Amino acid sequence: MSKKEIRKELKVSAIENGTVIDHIPSHSVFQVIRILNLAEYPNQLLVATNLESQKMGKKGIIKVRNKFFVPQEINKIALVAPSATLIIIKDFNVTEKKQVKIPNQVEKIVKCFNPNCITNNEEMETLFSVIDKKDLKLRCRYCEKITAKNNMTFF
Amino acid sequence: MKNKSLISINDFTPEEHIRILDLAEEFERQPTQRILEEFVVATLFFEPSTRTRLSFESAASRLGARLIGFSEPASTSLQKGESLRDTIRTISNYSDLIVMRHPREGSARFASEVSTVPIINAGDGANQHPTQTLLDLYSIRKTQGKLDNLNIAFVGDLKYGRTVHSLVMAFCNYNTTFHLVSPVALKLPSSVKIHIKDKKLTYHQYTELQEIVPKADIIYMTRIQKERFSDPLDYEKVKNSYVLKKQMLEDAKPNLKILHPLPRVNEIAIDVDSNPMAYYFTQALNGVFIRQALLASILGVVS
Ligand SMILES: [Zn+2]
Repeated sequence: MSKKEIRKELKVSAIENGTVIDHIPSHSVFQVIRILNLAEYPNQLLVATNLESQKMGKKGIIKVRNKFFVPQEINKIALVAPSATLIIIKDFNVTEKKQVKIPNQVEKIVKCFNPNCITNNEEMETLFSVIDKKDLKLRCRYCEKITAKNNMTFF
Repeated sequence: MKNKSLISINDFTPEEHIRILDLAEEFERQPTQRILEEFVVATLFFEPSTRTRLSFESAASRLGARLIGFSEPASTSLQKGESLRDTIRTISNYSDLIVMRHPREGSARFASEVSTVPIINAGDGANQHPTQTLLDLYSIRKTQGKLDNLNIAFVGDLKYGRTVHSLVMAFCNYNTTFHLVSPVALKLPSSVKIHIKDKKLTYHQYTELQEIVPKADIIYMTRIQKERFSDPLDYEKVKNSYVLKKQMLEDAKPNLKILHPLPRVNEIAIDVDSNPMAYYFTQALNGVFIRQALLASILGVVS
C-alpha cells in the first residue's frame, strides 16, 4: 500500500482486531456483503465505497471487527472481487495480508444459467466445480452445463 | 457397482462399462432368469417415453422383479405440486432401485442425493441418458467384435444430440477416428471436441453424407429437428441432404453397420431397413440386455 492510500484509508476508522477486505471494485461492495452474509453480522462493520485508489481508480473497503474468515468462506468473494486483498488485524497491527483466490468449488451463491436446470426449479442449493479460474467457468454439478462470467448471476 | 447410481456415463469407469457389456452378453444368451424376485424396481417417468420405459420394464420383468411406478406426469404427484425431493424420498421407501426420466436437467443427480436407494437415469432433459450410451457401445462391440480402432461416423444434429455427445466421449477411450457429418449450424460443440483433442485422436468434419460411407465401420444417424433452425429456410436447405438411402451404401465396407437411437423420422430411407447393414432395430433390443445387466449389478446379485 502506498502512503497516500494509507492516509485515504484512515477515513474509515481503524479496527483493533478483525479483517479488512481491501481493493474491492466499488460496484461489487454490496455483492461482497451479500455473499459473506454480513448484513446479519452482529458486530461492528465498517463499509466504504468510491474511495480513490491509485491501483483501481475507485475502490471499496470493508472492515469486519472481531471476525477472521476461514478460506472457503472468503474465497467466494473472488468471483465478484478477484482483486480483493485480505488484511488480518490483531492489536491494530497488520499480521497477515493475502490475495483472495478463486476456490475449486462454488456452493450456494451462484445461480445456474440454465433455466431448465433442476436447481432453478426445486428448492435446493447450487454447487459448481470451477473448471477455468482465469476465464471463470463453472460446471453445474446437476445439469453439467457451464455458467461463465458473462451469464453469471448471484443469489 | 452394487448400490451405485448411474446418472452420467462417466459415473462408471471404462472397466465398469466393459463389465456391463460382458454381463449383457450373458443375459442375451439367457434373457429369462428369476434372479431379482426379491426386489421392487420403481420406474418413474415424469415425462413420457414409452420406448425407454418398456425396455426397462421388460428387463426387470424377465429377471422376476416386481415393478411399481408411473408413466406420465398427469398421474404423478408432480401435478399436485409435490417437490421432486419428497417424491423420491417417498418412493425410495417402497422400492430397491429407481429408474427415472425427468424433463429437467440435473434432476437425476439431485434424486441420487436425496434417495436411499440407487437411481438409474433414463434421461434428464437434454443432459444425460447413460443406458443409451451403454447399449450403443454394446451394439458396436457386438457387430465389430471390438471397440478399439474403429472409424465411426456421426450424422445429423451433432450440436444438440446428447446421445452423440455421450457416445463420442465414451469412444475417446478406444482410439477411435471420428467422422462428423452435419450442417454447419449443427456442428459438434467445442466442449465435446475438446475431449477428442485431449486424447490426441483425430476427427474429420464434413457437410456431405456420401463422402463418409466408404470410410465408416459404423454410421450413427440422428434426426435433424426443424425447431433447431431459427430460419425455416435453412432447415429446408439441409433437410434432405442428411437422408441415408440404400443406393448410397454400394461402396460401403462389408462390416459397416447403421445405428440410430430411434425414433427415426425420414433420415434413414425405408429401403435401407432390409439391407443387412441396418442394425437399428436390433440395437433397440440390445437395450433390454444392457438394462438387465445394470439392474442385476446395481442390485448386487451379480458382481
Ligand atoms: Zn445447472
